[in-house]
Amino acid sequence: MSKFRNIASIIALLPMIIISLTVFIGCIIYSFIYSLTNSKLIPVTNFVGFDQYDRLFKQRKWDVAVENIFIYGFVFTIGCLIIGFLLAVLIDQKIRGESLFRTIFLYPYAMSFVVTGLVWKWVLNPTFGLENSMHMWGFSWFQLDWLVNRDLAIYAVCIAAVWQGAGFVMVLMLAGLRGIDEDIWKSLSIEGVAKWKSYVFVILPMLRPMVVTAIVLIAAGVVKVYDLILALTSGGPGYATTTPAMYVMENFFQRANLGQAFAASIIMFISVVCILAPWAFYEFYLRNKYATN
Amino acid sequence: MNSIPSGPRPKHLTIGRIGLYCFILVCAIFFLMPLYVMIITSLKDMDEIRAANILNLPKELSFYSWPKAWSQACTGFVCEGLKPGFFNSVKITVPSVIVSVGLSAINGYALAFWRFRGAYFFFGLCLFGAFIPYQVMVYPLLKIEDALGIYSTLPGIILVHTIFGMPILTLIFRNFYASLPIDLFKAARIDGGNFVKIFIYVIIPMSTPITIVAVILQVTGIWNDFLLGLVFAGRDNQPMTVQLNNIVQVDYGVAEYNVDMSATILTSLVPLFVYFISGRWFVRGIAAGAIKG
Repeated sequence: MSKFRNIASIIALLPMIIISLTVFIGCIIYSFIYSLTNSKLIPVTNFVGFDQYDRLFKQRKWDVAVENIFIYGFVFTIGCLIIGFLLAVLIDQKIRGESLFRTIFLYPYAMSFVVTGLVWKWVLNPTFGLENSMHMWGFSWFQLDWLVNRDLAIYAVCIAAVWQGAGFVMVLMLAGLRGIDEDIWKSLSIEGVAKWKSYVFVILPMLRPMVVTAIVLIAAGVVKVYDLILALTSGGPGYATTTPAMYVMENFFQRANLGQAFAASIIMFISVVCILAPWAFYEFYLRNKYATN
Repeated sequence: MNSIPSGPRPKHLTIGRIGLYCFILVCAIFFLMPLYVMIITSLKDMDEIRAANILNLPKELSFYSWPKAWSQACTGFVCEGLKPGFFNSVKITVPSVIVSVGLSAINGYALAFWRFRGAYFFFGLCLFGAFIPYQVMVYPLLKIEDALGIYSTLPGIILVHTIFGMPILTLIFRNFYASLPIDLFKAARIDGGNFVKIFIYVIIPMSTPITIVAVILQVTGIWNDFLLGLVFAGRDNQPMTVQLNNIVQVDYGVAEYNVDMSATILTSLVPLFVYFISGRWFVRGIAAGAIKG
């Protein structure tokens, strides 16, 4: 196979090779190099060492952004996993109208982040939204002013994000559940193991590859979160819901502070690598090693 | 993936199953509520929105917000509604989908059947690109496009979508082609087929299912994109998501929530339409996109 003349194949893959090298690798190198300069409006090669990073870590706004991304990442990932798994288990109970429910749980995933953000912005509107509804129904104690509350606004973002993404986890988990051998279920019921126990202690560990895949995909998406927050809170109130991605975009396109933006984007990139590296190591190295043994 | 549950349907309702149905209904209500609010808000007039519960059905149907959102709502000083954005999104999505799917199919084919030394190294680089945050690449890519003279043009945004769609599409095409029987390819080689001929006469006719999956992924992905459209499309080609955000987030004038919601629905119509008609294919696309070696 490998001895065929592969000129045509090389030519065909040339666009991919060029893009991988210039865009994916080239851009990281470019960003890193210019993160070491004091570029403002235009990129200049006036190197200042790691000053930009130093300044970045001293920014209160960056601290808030990092804190937000941790809260968002944690709540969103856990929320999606729990709700997604729960929905998959529910759907797997041979219920009536299965495909209808599946459609309902997955349709938000087809919507854009901007739409998701704008819809939830309206639903959570402090004057006309759900809070008002509850008041009209007589629950005057009910409070849902998350969007204008500095401490809670980030959780409103989490709710909108879980609403949008839980169906995705459900689909992955359901695929896993449907792949589980009927005999395992039979032996579990013969043993008399309670159903919820079988799910938590037997089935869930069997779905580990699915769970890991879901976590990695969700986590890689967490770092990118931008349009959802822009639409839902515009980073506010104040800068209470700003994220690293917003910090970067702001410094690129509004503040003309390129050096800062490059430094922040490189930190974003490094954090993605930290999330991915253990997984990639496991997926492509350990698994192959055990497979060949 | 076996999507039909096996075994008989339980015959009678137990308390547990009633609880199950109650719970699943609550979940369904949570997932449907934003869609419901979106639709009924768009059908109310502003007086009713200010006076009544956000969850109440409209007393009188008012359709005026729909044409307004489509052709009169203001973004900044321009009051043309979402219509130009819709056509811009079409102009961006159609060629981007064709180019990216076509190119990735060729990539997948070359990687699956015409492997040459180093090909998988570059494929790995390309896959890695799927996880790099856009913020790292946006500015350098902007510089590249500027140097090529296509920044802020239609070809510019099409190129960007092709680049960022390539990793995941190449992966799913490669996986699909790698699962085809290799003997077929060998037979075609013996019959004297070359790279181009085998692709056109043997591979393309077999590629329908995976092409559908890829097209669904790309149509929803590109239609829903906000960040890339914002940065690369330029003022004249702003996609619908960007215009939607501009319409809803105007700082001055009286907020018209019914127009906002009509605009939001209009923007999500295309992906929702794709989702509802494609059903199982959409699910398959998600599973295929969820990187599985």
